[in-house]
This record gives sequence, C-alpha cells and structure tokens, in this order.
Amino acid sequence: MTARITLEGIGKTFGAGETALRALDGVDLAVQPGEVVGIKGPSGSGKSTLLNIVACILEPTDGRLLIDGQTVWDGRYRVADLRRLRRERIGFIFQFHNLLPFLDATDNVALAMTLAGVDAAEARARARGLLDYLQIGRRAAAMPARLSGGEAQRVAIARALANRPSIILADEPTAALDSERARVVMDLLRQVAQDRQTAILVVTHDEKIFDRFDRMVALRDGRIEQDRRRAA
Amino acid sequence: MNLALADIRHRLGRFLMTCFGLSLLMAVALAMVGIYQGVVAEALALSRSLRADLWVVEQGTRGPFAESSRIPGDVRAIVARVPGVAEAGAITLRTAEAKAPQGILRMQVIGHEPGRPGGPSAIEAGRGLGGARFEMVVDARARLPLGATVELGGDRYRVVGLTRGLVASGGDPLAFVHLRDSQDLQFKLTPPAARRALAAGAGAGSTDTVNAVVARLHADADPDAVAETIRRWKHLAALTDAEQGEILTRSVVQRARVQLGMFTVVLLFVSAVIIALIIYTMTMDKLREIATLKLIGAPDRTIVGLVLQQALILGGAGYLTATAVVFASRGLFPRAVALGPAEIAMMAGVIGLICLFGSLVSIRAALAIEPQQALGG
Repeated sequence: MTARITLEGIGKTFGAGETALRALDGVDLAVQPGEVVGIKGPSGSGKSTLLNIVACILEPTDGRLLIDGQTVWDGRYRVADLRRLRRERIGFIFQFHNLLPFLDATDNVALAMTLAGVDAAEARARARGLLDYLQIGRRAAAMPARLSGGEAQRVAIARALANRPSIILADEPTAALDSERARVVMDLLRQVAQDRQTAILVVTHDEKIFDRFDRMVALRDGRIEQDRRRAA
Repeated sequence: MNLALADIRHRLGRFLMTCFGLSLLMAVALAMVGIYQGVVAEALALSRSLRADLWVVEQGTRGPFAESSRIPGDVRAIVARVPGVAEAGAITLRTAEAKAPQGILRMQVIGHEPGRPGGPSAIEAGRGLGGARFEMVVDARARLPLGATVELGGDRYRVVGLTRGLVASGGDPLAFVHLRDSQDLQFKLTPPAARRALAAGAGAGSTDTVNAVVARLHADADPDAVAETIRRWKHLAALTDAEQGEILTRSVVQRARVQLGMFTVVLLFVSAVIIALIIYTMTMDKLREIATLKLIGAPDRTIVGLVLQQALILGGAGYLTATAVVFASRGLFPRAVALGPAEIAMMAGVIGLICLFGSLVSIRAALAIEPQQALGG
C-alpha cells in the first residue's frame, strides 16, 4: 500500500553561513492510510518546520517529500500547483480552529469545497452532511463566535474533511480544549482516519491525548529521537 | 458565497461607520467640484440669460464684465441698424448695496429697456418690468418676496418679479431695473456735485450712457463678420457671445477657478490616502483569515476579490451617501453647487479609480501574507 505521506531524508536549513540554523536533519517518516501519528518534542525540535514542509508551504533543503506517492518540490510545482495540492489532498486543523468569523459553520465547511470548484448549493448540502457526521449538525447555522471551543474544533475538522483529503495535518488541535473535549476530538480524528483511510499527522504537546495515537514520533534537534507504535 | 459581502455583514456596524466617515470626506470633495462648476455657471449665468449674440462695448476694452466700459446710449440704435442684427438693447451694470427688509443686500443691478434684449430670459414668479419706474425684477437668491420694497440710491424700488439662477460672477443676485432708473443711479450726479460741475462750466452732464449694447443676430448672420463690421466702421469693440464667455471664465473667475480646482485636487489626494489606509486596515484586520484561506488552498483571485470588492463596495456606498448628503444640503451653500449627471459620473469614476489604486497596496500586502501565519498560536 502506498504511504499517504513519505519523508525521505528531509532536511531544512534556515539562513546561511555562521547564522545558519539546521531545523530538520535527515528525517525519514512514512504515514500509512488510516494511521494517526503524533509528533511531539520540545520547542525548537523541528515540529512546526516538519508540519510546514508536509503542508507544502515550506520547501525542504534536502530530501524528498511524497504525497500519495507523488513527489512534491521536484521543481515542477509552482505556487498555484501547491495550493491546488493543499486544496484537494490536505486538510488542516489548527490550535484555535481558524474558522472564518464572517461565515456560519456550514459556509466555513462549504467554502473549502467551493474553492475546489464544487457548486455552492451542493457544497452546502455536503457541508451539512459532514457536520451531521461529526454530530454538530444542530449548530450548522451558528457563527463561529457562538460556538464553544469543542464545537468550533468539530466544525474545523469538518472543514478539513471537506474535499475528502488523503492527509489531515493538525497543529495542536486540542491545546485549547479541556481533557474530555480533547479526547472527544481525538476520537473523532481516529474515526475519520479509519472511515476514510486518511493519514493524520498531529503536532502536539498535549500529554493527555498521547494514548490516542497509533504512533508517536518524538523529535529532538531536528532528528527523530523516537518512533513508537502503540501496542495493539 | 461572496466573502467580501459576508465579511461586511459580519462587521456591519463598523463598516457603516467607516462608510459614513468616508462619505463625509467624499461629500466635501464632491461639493468642491460642485462649487467649482457653480463658479463657472454663475459667471456665465448673466450672459446666457440675455441670449446675446454680440456684446458691443467701449473701444479698446473687453467690457463690461472684465473691464469698465462706457458708451453713449444712442449706440444701441446704431448697432440695431448694422446688417445682420435683428435687435439690440442697451444695458448698464453696477454692483450696489440696497437696503432690504432683511438688511443690507449686495446685488448686481442691470438696467435694461423692457421689450429689448438685456432683460431676464424667464420670470419665475410675478412679472417682468412694466412701464412704471422704480420697479425691480430680482433673483430669488436675494430672498426678497414679491411686493417687497428695496431702497437703492435714495429711491425705493418695488419687487414685481423673481428670477431663478441669475447671479453675477461674484455670486451676487441680479436685479433688473429700467435703463433710465439704472442710468440715474449710476451716472446722475448728486445735487452738490451737479452744482460744482455747473460752476466749473462742465454742465451737469448727460446720463444717457450705457455700459454695453447686446445684440441678437438674424439666424443666417455670422457673429464674427458682424462683430468685425462694428469694430471697423463704428469704432467700438464687439465681442461674440463665445468670446464673452471665454473672458468670463478665463479672466473674470480664473483665480477662483484655479483656487477651487487646486483645493479639489488636494481633497481628492487626501481622500485617496485615507481610502487607501482604510482598505489597508480592513485587510490587515483579516490577516489570519487570509492566511487560513491561503493555507486551505484559496487561489490568489479569491484574496484579490475579497480586498477589491470590499474597496469598491466601501467606495460605492460612501459615494452614494456623499451624493445624497451634498444634494440634501446644497441649498445651504451661499453660492451655487452645480452638480449634473456629468459631474456625478466623473466623480464616481475618480472615486472608483481611487478605490482601485488604494486597494493595490492592500492587495500586495494580502498576497504577501504567508500561509504559515495561520498555523501556530
């Protein structure tokens, strides 16, 4: 089976000369369909850099990134191609949900679809379906400011799922939630991964959800220090 | 779904307040354009009202507006006999301060002969001058009612008719009186002065002097040719109506026009800077949203559309409000605010361009926002 995400010897250096900073150094990682992988590590370990590279918004200095078996950053990709790749293949979940404050829950989800060329009416219908799937359908017409943290994060997950991505990247998705809601969100992500064979990569410091990952990768000084699978 | 409209709806109160503030600025700029046009329109109001084809004035002058001009009253009959002239009328012009019921009233007094060119083209209320002396037809700008009595040069005049939109280049209302009354007012010496003139052997002097003769030509007559005939054979200066209009706008009100024009340009420049700053602030307020849009793969045209549409909606709504404000308040201005469809359309175009260029900086800034900015706390 082709891995959803493959990183081969990925390295990233910021700056040059004496001020050069090696943020990532020879990272190898493959995330399979349906797998939920956590990335942890202290500040400056390279978690955000890794996430930005997989999100196709930061070009690695060395190594190769493959998404669904296709090499990214091979010189053929332009900014528009990378955006299309993000639009169609990658879903994002943020620490503070980042819902557009001027769109209601349905439109926040539907927007991702209309950007991918789906008709507006169909996008709204599919968005309602996704909100129902994530058990937040009753809040479909609510504006983000009226949603609780957990509700907003569910809407954000629905938006991430909008275009049936093969990858979901989450940046501290539970940091703003209490333990119970954090577990609910992680369970939802696990369910999505299993139902849709989506690979999910989660950057987190949140120890209370560490047991919800299939694998936990620990980074230190830009290298993988530990890559441990959860016991079956 | 339209992101620009959705964002405006979301922050409607703030948008409306911004719009209102901007509309007041635009209203000032629009009013300046109207005042500029008003100065020109007022400068030409008298000459247009008289519907003269030719202005015959004292030789060597460009009177009677730009320079003083005095010619004998019988010139009217001479001009009337020139081939091509259909009718001619003598006029006098004088700025005067009259005692009106509401106080001292500054006006431009035009003396003319009823039934001959030189009178107002239309009467708004009341009637034109009749046979009796000391009657006056005055513009509504003077705010005098029909039947009011005005004291002018020691004589009392009764307002028998009202005109509208007839003002001098300085904005003073025009008052039409009989030529004879006007000549007395302008040229008749006071008794002590007349006595001194008699004692000096100069006589009391004739008052049959006028400032200009206005002539209307036959339809087939060439104004330039008739003017040339009068210049060559009658030793008078003759200006076609086009030349008189040129003098009025290029000479008489030139400084006022340039002043207003400069001020309008400065206002438009200030408006452009403020509009650009508002659009920039509105865009930077959405920094995280724009970064999120980019991260989830929104193409540049979505970002550009968001900024540009909001700029144009802001400009359009502001301009509509500004136009309504100016039209609602233009009667309060002491001078004409002449705004027609051409001026409104021209200003709409200018505001549109300002919004367009004003949003360029914001669009550039929005496109420079990195999608990474959506990640992290």
